Amino acid sequence: MRKPLLVIACGNPSRGDDALGPLLLDFIERQADLSAVELLSDFQLQIEHALDLQNRELVLFADATVSANAAFRLEEIRAEQDRSYTSHAMSPAAVLQVYHNTIGPMPPPCFLLSIQGTNFELGEQLSANAQHNLQLACRFTRLLLAEPTAECWRRQIGRG
Amino acid sequence: MYEYLETAEQPENLKRVAVDPVSRVEGHGKVSLLLDENNNIKQVRLHIVEFRGFEKFIQGRPYWELPVLVQRLCGICPVSHHLAAAKAIDQLVGIDPATLPVSADKLRRLLHFGQVLQSHALHFFHLASPDLLYGFESDIGKRNILAVLGDYPDIGLQGVKLRKYGQEVIRMVSGKRIHGSGAVAGGMNKALSRAERDYLLEDIAQIINWAEAAVALVKKVHTSNPSYYDNFATIRSNYLGLIKPSGALELYHGGIRVKNERGETLIDQFDYCHYTDIIHEEVRSWSYMKFPFLTSLGTDMGWYRVGPLARINNCDFIDTPLAESARMDFKQHADEAIVHSTLAFHWARMIELLHCAESIRLLLNDPDIMGAELLAKGERRFEGIGVIEAPRGALFHHYQVDENDIVTKANLIVSTTSNNMGMNESVRQVAAEYLSGRELTEPLLNNLEVAIRAYDPCLSCATHAVGKMPLQVELLDAAGRQIDHLTRHSNGKFERANQ
Repeated sequence: MRKPLLVIACGNPSRGDDALGPLLLDFIERQADLSAVELLSDFQLQIEHALDLQNRELVLFADATVSANAAFRLEEIRAEQDRSYTSHAMSPAAVLQVYHNTIGPMPPPCFLLSIQGTNFELGEQLSANAQHNLQLACRFTRLLLAEPTAECWRRQIGRG
Repeated sequence: MYEYLETAEQPENLKRVAVDPVSRVEGHGKVSLLLDENNNIKQVRLHIVEFRGFEKFIQGRPYWELPVLVQRLCGICPVSHHLAAAKAIDQLVGIDPATLPVSADKLRRLLHFGQVLQSHALHFFHLASPDLLYGFESDIGKRNILAVLGDYPDIGLQGVKLRKYGQEVIRMVSGKRIHGSGAVAGGMNKALSRAERDYLLEDIAQIINWAEAAVALVKKVHTSNPSYYDNFATIRSNYLGLIKPSGALELYHGGIRVKNERGETLIDQFDYCHYTDIIHEEVRSWSYMKFPFLTSLGTDMGWYRVGPLARINNCDFIDTPLAESARMDFKQHADEAIVHSTLAFHWARMIELLHCAESIRLLLNDPDIMGAELLAKGERRFEGIGVIEAPRGALFHHYQVDENDIVTKANLIVSTTSNNMGMNESVRQVAAEYLSGRELTEPLLNNLEVAIRAYDPCLSCATHAVGKMPLQVELLDAAGRQIDHLTRHSNGKFERANQ
């Protein structure tokens, strides 16, 4: 029996602020009740992650970003044929498109929590800004996990 | 062969086109072309942002951290780095492949077959099949996995599930899909339980069937237009890889074999611990990436190719029946001892995929795979060298440590570096034979990418933050002024700025 809520974090822990997603997952692992939450960490998203979305009620992708205007940003994502399919690393929207094309037309509600980072070099530590952003994102994630429904999460969109 | 296109005589009078970054390869690559006023190509170079700082990243760390640490060098082949590092640090604790516990050796091989299977599946179905199924110059809107999933749903779904199965093998053996810590100095730290073994056995028959179908598909594509597939991006080269003592295909451990372009064996069963005696690396001013070559043949004649095509060319046979049958079929296609067709990398890759699936079944049915004796220790050493056949070719890890177990020196030769000259020669061949004198368009430029993509280069880019990887193509005139500029933003939107 699959757990209804899946949190997928993307990033390489040894590439500076790229560790933001996995670090958020570590926080959830320490702080949250995991009886209904499955945690999955990977360097990057790929086609097979569409299969991880099957039989879920809700999915949260967590990733570092360089293009947020705030410490973090929550958005609801939908299947989209963007250009990330041309690379070894796919966007969450493209993974949903794979789901749509292979499994069925209705993937579970999926949200992306992007956390602002700046430095992604191999061997670097988390930057000071990213540490600050991570703290805020962790606090926000605690709120999300307290009410894990798509309706509640939609009300949180735009915060950050 | 096409080295005359490496450096133009009067570059200042030529216009420049850059394909940057090359898509559907791992990491960041760029092709730059210099053309005269009639679009005749005078210079072609593949530039790759090298694995900068890898050695620095490793130095100063205790050696036992390395199998976990080096997985973070690359988001695509972390298991290959994991196992190459483990083989190297085995030696630091006095263990050689012959003295590794049998169950540990077989678990590592199972892990490696899972890695190669998922990597080959990703490359063929996700990155290469759009070109092969729709044509190299087809509508760009068609050349992607999503179109394949729409038009060929069975093939697309098989690719997804093959990839997923390989990931599951990795997860069962190492505990996690990534960041696993299965291999440690002198063995493995986790046995495979009966439940895990049985779970993997459930689907293996289906996986083998799909792998056979993949071989049939790539053969059909290749033989549907043999003269084109045999000649496109094709170059003649030496081939290097590991081989079993029997001459069978080997992915985990063996001696180095090198064959020349005529299929003559130049080096055989060479102990890779002495690789510096036969391989050197040349630096060229225009490239971040080095150019390895066989010292006995020199820089001009000694470059070689690695990876699936090299391995299938070099081996005398494959020790699993379905893959061996596919190999014999493959060899019959060529009219000489060696298959040089660059696009035959795809065919060779699917033969290896089938071999991996068959080997996984054999190992899962081997009682040793659930053995509990997993660790051994010998006499301490201060230098370790591990070589493995990663999905893209031979991968070298070489470490020296001090009395405090700290790494003082590290040297890595990754497969893509070994294929540097081959990829450059292939894009020059395509430029000279298919593009020169024609007005360059996106479909034509895709031919260059197809040539590179056949090698499945891994340019190391585990970083993937949203918004990091736009694509830019620029066209400059003879005076270096930009006359056209195309940007693909991370959201997929294109923006053209004519000036």
